[in-house]
Amino acid sequence: MSYPENYRYTKEHEWIAVEGAVATIGITDHAQAELGDIVYVDLPAVGKTLAVGDSFGSVESVKAVSDVYAPVSGAVVDANTALNDEPGILNSDPHGSGWLIKISLSDAAELDGLLSATAYEEYIQAEH
Amino acid sequence: MGVVFPTPAKSMSSPLLKTPLNEVHRAAGAKMVDFGGWDMPVQYSGLLDEHHTVRNAVGVFDVSHMGEIEVRGPEALKLVEYVTTNAASRLAEGQAQYSALLYSHGGFVDDILVHKVADESYFLCVNASNQDKDFAHIAAANKDSGFDCEVEFASPKYAQIAVQGPKALATAQKLTDSPLSPIRYYWFTDGTFAGVPARMARTGYTAEDGFEIYVAPGNAAHVWNAIMDAGAEFGIKPCGLGARNTLRLEGAMALYGHEIDASIHPFEAGLAWIVKLEKGDFIGRDAIKDKRDSITRRLTGFEMRGRGIGRDGYEVAINGSPAGWVTSGSPGPTVNKNIGLCYLPIEHAKPGVQIEITIRNQAVLAETVPTPFYRRAK
Repeated sequence: MSYPENYRYTKEHEWIAVEGAVATIGITDHAQAELGDIVYVDLPAVGKTLAVGDSFGSVESVKAVSDVYAPVSGAVVDANTALNDEPGILNSDPHGSGWLIKISLSDAAELDGLLSATAYEEYIQAEH
Repeated sequence: MGVVFPTPAKSMSSPLLKTPLNEVHRAAGAKMVDFGGWDMPVQYSGLLDEHHTVRNAVGVFDVSHMGEIEVRGPEALKLVEYVTTNAASRLAEGQAQYSALLYSHGGFVDDILVHKVADESYFLCVNASNQDKDFAHIAAANKDSGFDCEVEFASPKYAQIAVQGPKALATAQKLTDSPLSPIRYYWFTDGTFAGVPARMARTGYTAEDGFEIYVAPGNAAHVWNAIMDAGAEFGIKPCGLGARNTLRLEGAMALYGHEIDASIHPFEAGLAWIVKLEKGDFIGRDAIKDKRDSITRRLTGFEMRGRGIGRDGYEVAINGSPAGWVTSGSPGPTVNKNIGLCYLPIEHAKPGVQIEITIRNQAVLAETVPTPFYRRAK
C-alpha cells in the first residue's frame, strides 16, 4: 500500500491529513500490519482538547493493545464511530475510511516537524 | 502511536537464535518477532485466518525452538521419576505424558512432555526459553542422586514441526508408511516421514487433533515443504505463534511464564492430575504434598461481560477489592468471546463469580466460567 504524498507522518506510525484548519488523524498501513487483526478501537469524545503527545485512544488487536498519541494539538471535532462496529476497516483501509479522529488545529506550525511520505517510508525501511 | 513493536534483530546485544526453518519463514513473508530470544514467525496470513484454518482444516507450525532432553541408561526411569511430577513408570513404550519439573520449594521449573522410547530411554520435550535451565536442573539431580544413567541436551539434534487440525491426520498420513490412525492421543511412533527418519507424536498445543513431528534439523525445510504440499488439497496454511497462543488459550492449556512459573505450584494451576504423590519421592514433593486440599488461590477461566479484553498481567478485583491477576487474555476466535485465565482466591475460584478487570484504569466486568473454553467434537 502506498503512502499518500499529501499526508504527513510521525515516527509513532500515525498519519495526518490537513484540510484548512482541520487535521484528520489515523494510523499507517505499517502500523496496522504490525498490530494484526484489530478488534477494538477506543476514541475520544468530540470536544476533548488534546495537547501534543496526549494519549487520545487505543487500538487493540488480537494480540496487543496500543495507545494512540496526538501528533498535533487541538480540539476533537469528529471521531470515526464506524470503527466501533467494524474495527477491521483499520486493517483494510488504514489511510482512508479507517481514519480515527479529526481535530481543529490550534497551531499549524506543529505540522512542520512531521515526516513526508518519502521520509516515513525511509524511516520504516531503516527500522527493519 | 505507542505500539511496542518487536525489537529489530540488529539492535539486540546478542543475536537472535534461529530455527532451521528461519529462511523458509522469511521467504514466505511471515512477520517475525523476538520470542524469548528466538527469531520466530508470529503470523503469516493473519492470526485469525490461521486460527480458523487450524480449527476447520489443518495448519502447520514451526516449533523447532522447543528443547529436547534425552535420558538413557539402566536407571533412566528412576531419574525421570525423581525429577518429574507425573508417573513415568506407567508409560508404555511409545507413550507420552504431560508432566512437570518442580523446584524443591514446589514451584515450576517447567512443564514438559515425557516420551518413553524404550525401557532405558526417555525423550523429554521442554519449553524453548527454559531448556538450558531444565537441562541443568535434571543433570544436577542426576549427579546428586547418583543414578546409573546419562542426560543429554539433545535440542541441536531435532527440529519440530506441528501439524494440527481435523485434516492433520489425512495430511500426515500421505507422507509416511507408518499407520497413523491407530496412534492414540499422547502416543507416538518412530519411522520414516517424507522420506526421512522421524518421530511422529499425536500431541499438540491447539486443542485439535494433530501430530508433532521431530526430524533432524537438516531435514526440516524438506519436511515442511512436503507437509505444505500434502496439505494443499485441504487448504493447509503455515501458522505463527500468535495463532498458537489463541488456540491453546481456548483449550485452557498452560503457558510457562503466564499460568505457571517458579512462584506457582501445580495444585494452584489446576494441574493436580499430573502430580502423582503416591509414586514416591520426587523433587518438590515435600513442599506440596500437604497442599492439595489447602491451596489459597487457583487458576480460573473468565469471559468478559463488559467491552474490552482482560490481558496478561491486568489486575482482577471482586467487589472493588484486589483479588488476583490475569495470566492470559485474548479474543477467542472460535468461541467468539473475549476470554482469559486468572488467579483468584480459592473461595471465588468457581464459575459464576462476577469479577472486575482493570483495563486502562477502568474496572470492566467479567464472569468466571468453566474451562476449557473450547473442546473439539470427538
